[in-house]
Amino acid sequence: MFALFENPRLRGGIHAEEHKTETSSLPIATDFPLPKKLYIPVQQHVGKPAEPLVMVGDKVLKGQLLAYSQGTISAPVHAPTSGTIVDVKDFPAPHPSALPIRTVVLESDGLEQWAELNVVEDPFQLDPEEICLRVGAAGVVGLGGAVFPSAVKLSLGRKNKIHTLLINAGECEPYLTCDDRLMQERAAEIVAGIRLMLRGMDAPKALVGIEDNKPEAFAAMREATRNLPNIVVSQVPTRYPMGWDRQMLRYLTGQEIPADGRATDIGVVVHNVATAYAVYKAVCLGQPLISRVVTVSGAALAKPQNVEVPIGTLMSEVLAYCGLDKAKMARLVMGGPMMGDALPIAEVPVVKACNGILALSHADIEEPEVQPCIRCSSCVTACPVGLLPLEMASRIKVNQLDAAVDLGLKDCISCGSCSYVCPSNIPLVHYFKFASGELVKRQQAEHKAEQTKRLIEDRNHRMERIRLEAEAEAQRAAEARAARLAAQQQAQQAKAEGTEKTAPGVAAEETA
Amino acid sequence: MSSKPISGPHTAVSRRVDQIMWLVIKAMAPAIACGIFLFGWPALYLLATTVAAALLFEAFSLKVKGVAALPFLRDGSAIVTGLLVAMTLPPWAPWWIGVVGAAIAIVLGKHVYGGLGQNLFNPAMLARVALLISFPIEMTTWANVSPLFTGPGVIESLGITFGSLPNADAVTGATTLGYVKTEFSQGRLLPGSLLEYSGFLAFIGWERGSLGETSSLLLLAGGIWLMWQGVIKWHIPVSLLLSIVLLSSLFHLLDSQHYLGPWVHLNSGAVMLVAFYIATDYVTSPNTPLGQIIFGAGCGMLIYVIRTWGGYPEGTGFAILLMNAVTPLIDHYIRPRIYGRYRNGKPLDISNS
Repeated sequence: MFALFENPRLRGGIHAEEHKTETSSLPIATDFPLPKKLYIPVQQHVGKPAEPLVMVGDKVLKGQLLAYSQGTISAPVHAPTSGTIVDVKDFPAPHPSALPIRTVVLESDGLEQWAELNVVEDPFQLDPEEICLRVGAAGVVGLGGAVFPSAVKLSLGRKNKIHTLLINAGECEPYLTCDDRLMQERAAEIVAGIRLMLRGMDAPKALVGIEDNKPEAFAAMREATRNLPNIVVSQVPTRYPMGWDRQMLRYLTGQEIPADGRATDIGVVVHNVATAYAVYKAVCLGQPLISRVVTVSGAALAKPQNVEVPIGTLMSEVLAYCGLDKAKMARLVMGGPMMGDALPIAEVPVVKACNGILALSHADIEEPEVQPCIRCSSCVTACPVGLLPLEMASRIKVNQLDAAVDLGLKDCISCGSCSYVCPSNIPLVHYFKFASGELVKRQQAEHKAEQTKRLIEDRNHRMERIRLEAEAEAQRAAEARAARLAAQQQAQQAKAEGTEKTAPGVAAEETA
Repeated sequence: MSSKPISGPHTAVSRRVDQIMWLVIKAMAPAIACGIFLFGWPALYLLATTVAAALLFEAFSLKVKGVAALPFLRDGSAIVTGLLVAMTLPPWAPWWIGVVGAAIAIVLGKHVYGGLGQNLFNPAMLARVALLISFPIEMTTWANVSPLFTGPGVIESLGITFGSLPNADAVTGATTLGYVKTEFSQGRLLPGSLLEYSGFLAFIGWERGSLGETSSLLLLAGGIWLMWQGVIKWHIPVSLLLSIVLLSSLFHLLDSQHYLGPWVHLNSGAVMLVAFYIATDYVTSPNTPLGQIIFGAGCGMLIYVIRTWGGYPEGTGFAILLMNAVTPLIDHYIRPRIYGRYRNGKPLDISNS
């Protein structure tokens, strides 16, 4: 509060209660019992869903391809264990709506039999393109939550001139410690992944940003990069949303990504630290992305901890493993508490995006009544983007969406800092998400109207053309008839001329 | 478990409106206590009357509006307004001054605009200015310092607040600013007219003045505590005080016979109260740090200008209201720079980075 002048590299943000100590000191549990059935959605990434290529009844091995990627922005999905495909159906997705999406159901045989893995002797000698291919084939996506196909990003990085690979190890969300534990326990593997990424993009150096509330992880990463001068591990202040890649980039380099551009425009590519680990597994071990470390935490759990879980495990099973007290759970959240989604049911699968499963108690999410805005401008101070949340919300409240857009609605990153600090408990982010949804709807309606208009115009043109053609046809027919008639007349005339001499009166009558 | 889709953050609440209001009340408490100590029971009666009236008018307005009054009464905003109105009143003013002040502040200053968070002007300053213009005698009759238990007793004080002020000339006098202004009008110049003035007593509050405005020390301490608590930010108080200091120093240096020095300005009238508790009013001040600095500096400048060249000895109320009126304009033009964009809203140029 007495900070006279803000660090221009570190704007806004909040410091929520961390709740990290419950899980950050415990090792990652790797003894999670293999579930009987795994539910593997074909869409676990940004882009087009993968297309299943297995049939019901097929026997599959661990790591075998289940669905292949379609189009440039997509990612394949692999079998997390060996077993039999028992169904390919619609199954509730880990989404606030829990609407069903296409899901491959795999019954495990308990043998954990690996498919043949494609391992090379020295992965660091692979061509950059080959690295990208392998990362793409392993179904690696951004594990920080955005789940953008990593191979696409790497290829993009190779095409543009990249000077820095930024490894985002901020993990600024409260509760979450999966990246923290991963760095503490598997720093060497992560660093190998970073080196492969650098090679895959032909980039010279990497920056790793770790929030300063994770000293052990920082030390482990420092140690693992001791002989690698081109990988710089730095600490960044603990202030949510430090893990917003643009915020971390600004803090570490002073550079800002233009509002209408991407990181590659200024020569930077950002990857999550867990993604680096997945890249290591994909290229060095040949293993596709079939499991991930998930922070399972919250006051409703007896044993909060980080668990390595096969993709497709039902969250209810993971929660049971961690000692869920159902009576205490007031809300189930996938992801962190700030940006995560509240899920209506726990019978949904763990997907690649799932970095946290939180079983929160009533005390964790107390919800007092919404009061009027007192314009305290806490939200303005907290906004890392530099928006005026209170002004935007007041516009949206009266349905002036365009005014909200003018104020920067489209620059909002939905980090929730404004809602968190609001003393009147106004659900500001909710307003912004609603407005963004409305804008999309409006855009779609406009698009539809345009399409309809085009169709009508096309139809009018078509009808006009048909009418004109018909007219032309009719005219042609008429002309033809007239021509025929004329020909007949001529013929008759000729005939008549022949008979004229005999009957001039008749011919004169005919020609009249 | 609820199945209503709820947006994040899924966290406990950090701070609520009523907590903020109580922090403000706590911060003002020492200055109020000092006022009651200095001016005795009448000050306490006036304060109680004003706050009670503020709560009643709040309840009345909410009833007229047709909303449940209790949750709003509990948020403490009416108490803060009532306290602020009382703090700006002459401590021995009659009870109805407090009641009328509370009515103006709560009904005209707040609920006519739509209630909490909607008002354009600071309710307490609106009340002060309206009272000053309407009842100039009552609003400029300043009781001498007569600490609790040495001044009028409990019963006698009831007569002062709820009856009429007996023997007014014997127990009242002018404030420093008022006195100096009168002296100027009679051709007497500065060093002479300030012979009895003690900078130290003015700082701790031992002087004639409004109920809760005299003690710069306690107001300053409360204000700094509020900053430390994160309730207010430094921008408005610092820019406001600094602009007064700069202007008064400049003119004092140029002509010390006609212009009061910075110390007198800072420790007279409502400057400290205004700088930390009134100008910082969330509702009526700008949203952005730069806007707040402009706002604070504008307040300070206007206070100095009105005090020095205006018709009234004290100009804080007018200055605040004028700057309140400018706040929407400031908020319209001063906006934070959005990430990845220039100040004008255009995206950053890639080639520049």
